[in-house]
Amino acid sequence: MTGPVLQVRNLRVEYATPSGPAQAVEDVSFDLAPGEFLAIVGESGCGKSTLLFAVAQLLAYPGSLAGGSVLFDGVDFTSLSPEELRQHRWRDISVVMQSAMNALNPTLTIAAQLADACRAHTDWNDERIGQRSAEVLSMVAIDPVHLKSYPFQLSGGMRQRAMIAMALLLEPKLVIMDEPTSALDVVAQRSLMHQVETLRRQLGFAVIFVTHDMSVVSHYSDRLAVMYAGEVVELGPTREVFDHPEHPYSQGLMEAFPSLLGERRQLTGIAGTPPSLVNPPAGCLFAERCAHANDECRTVRPELVTYGDHQVRCHLVARSKRP
Amino acid sequence: MSGPILRVQGMTRHFRVGGFRSHGKLHAIDDVSFEVAPGEIVALVGESGSGKSTIARVLAGLYPPTSGTFVFEGKAVGRHDSRAVRGDMPMVFQDPFGSINPVLRVGHGLLRSLKLHRPDIAKAQRFAEAVTLAEKVGLTPGDEILQRYPHELSGGQRQRLGFAQALASRPSLILADEPVSMLDVSIRIGLLNVMKELRDCEGVSLLYITHDLASARYVADRMIVLYAGRIVEEGTTDEVIGSPQHPYTRLLMSSAPDPHLAPTAFEGDDLGEPPKVINPGPACRFAPRCPLAMDVCRASTPGVVAVSLTHKTACYAVQAP
Repeated sequence: MTGPVLQVRNLRVEYATPSGPAQAVEDVSFDLAPGEFLAIVGESGCGKSTLLFAVAQLLAYPGSLAGGSVLFDGVDFTSLSPEELRQHRWRDISVVMQSAMNALNPTLTIAAQLADACRAHTDWNDERIGQRSAEVLSMVAIDPVHLKSYPFQLSGGMRQRAMIAMALLLEPKLVIMDEPTSALDVVAQRSLMHQVETLRRQLGFAVIFVTHDMSVVSHYSDRLAVMYAGEVVELGPTREVFDHPEHPYSQGLMEAFPSLLGERRQLTGIAGTPPSLVNPPAGCLFAERCAHANDECRTVRPELVTYGDHQVRCHLVARSKRP
Repeated sequence: MSGPILRVQGMTRHFRVGGFRSHGKLHAIDDVSFEVAPGEIVALVGESGSGKSTIARVLAGLYPPTSGTFVFEGKAVGRHDSRAVRGDMPMVFQDPFGSINPVLRVGHGLLRSLKLHRPDIAKAQRFAEAVTLAEKVGLTPGDEILQRYPHELSGGQRQRLGFAQALASRPSLILADEPVSMLDVSIRIGLLNVMKELRDCEGVSLLYITHDLASARYVADRMIVLYAGRIVEEGTTDEVIGSPQHPYTRLLMSSAPDPHLAPTAFEGDDLGEPPKVINPGPACRFAPRCPLAMDVCRASTPGVVAVSLTHKTACYAVQAP
């Protein structure tokens, strides 16, 4: 049994705003085992993309790391120089960006862009680069003839798959994906998820997958983290979080999806909006929208408490589980 | 029982693409016919490029149709006079951040709609009427919200304002073009519920344009499934979801993730490649992806087969009962 590939400890990220620092990510900790698929879900502005940027050390002004550590195979990414980080990027950890469809350079062929990444991170010769490029494209079901194609000649789904191929060039141990499916149609989305899952089984890389649409990951991820206003409010095995959500926010989210084949019934969603991150309220950040909030919730910030393999940040859950 | 409030017949819209000498014609919609009855929500479901927004835009008079006609409230609307129906058939747009003027107060657009479309309301009563409209779509307290500027509203509130604005002209039909797709999931349901309330309390019909089958099932009475500019299936929501006939509808159903159910096995290897809509030729447009495709499918476009009185599909592989 090997240790975790990634250990995130008490990670905090702030954004500088005219009215003071906004806490975009607040005290996030988790471990990722080799080959594990962790999904992070939450609404816009909950800090999920910022968290990924912090893990990959890609934060740029006005965002900055305010504390915590990111240990990758025991190396603390937060203490490395840009050159040392470059050594790890792509070989150990690669990122598939949000709107990856537009992340390809429209003026270069796919082959040129794949070669670019290889040249920056390896000393391979042209023949080996060509071979590997064809190999990764076939892995994502794109015919290698498209090496000579420009991005506009590919469909949205193909461009997205080409981005994943690029991330897999150097067989990283961890692939970070930031909403790779959100611009795709459902059929392409399903096919992409299936492909990611097959490749993960085959190559054994770990995945952190961020999405606002938790139904996308419901059948694929091992564990699911629900984020709200910069905090992880619930983290546990995916099926367990879906079937028995503990946190009132997760419960609300599950109630917000109409079912396609299940029972057809009236749903309610969650009223209200998330709190300001510049001057967050003293108590639980969800208290204002929570139907069960009491005085304790409004004054004391709850901790993320572990119950078996499930973690929940809620006073009410803590009280009900207290012996 | 009165007739339909909207009857669309053979609506077609092509766009010229490519350069000056190009003969490329993008067939955005081809020969689309359907009806909307009073007080019903009809969902127009399709993926990007299926022509669903083009239908709404032609109805709203933003583009003239290449051919085809539609009859709205008993009046035939031709190529040039679609402006006349605009007040009776307002549109709610997809992007709540781009569709409201950021430098004017929230109430401005609403008051303007009332001024233009409801001359019967005296100037002094206009604000009170605007507050009533705002509260109908759940913007409470209405008088306070109407004084705010758009940046003070959340995405969900902005989209509710879009519906209030549409409601201002007392329309019989609202065109809602992906009204919830840019909103967070926890907010979406609230807005879908607003649509249901408008139908149930105000008797408005809605044409709900979406790519999300599950939300269409949640609000709609009837569903129309589009593929590459053609209607492939039409029926009551229960019929289309309960017994989908067209292979494309089935593919959509099996691709839509449903966290409430156990995972289904991944059938086939459809990569979701988009259809060819530039000079598409006579074949069934789904044939290249269709697991049931026969020779006849590659030679001509299938006609409509009635599965029941209310359920229709356009597929050679489906036999009329």
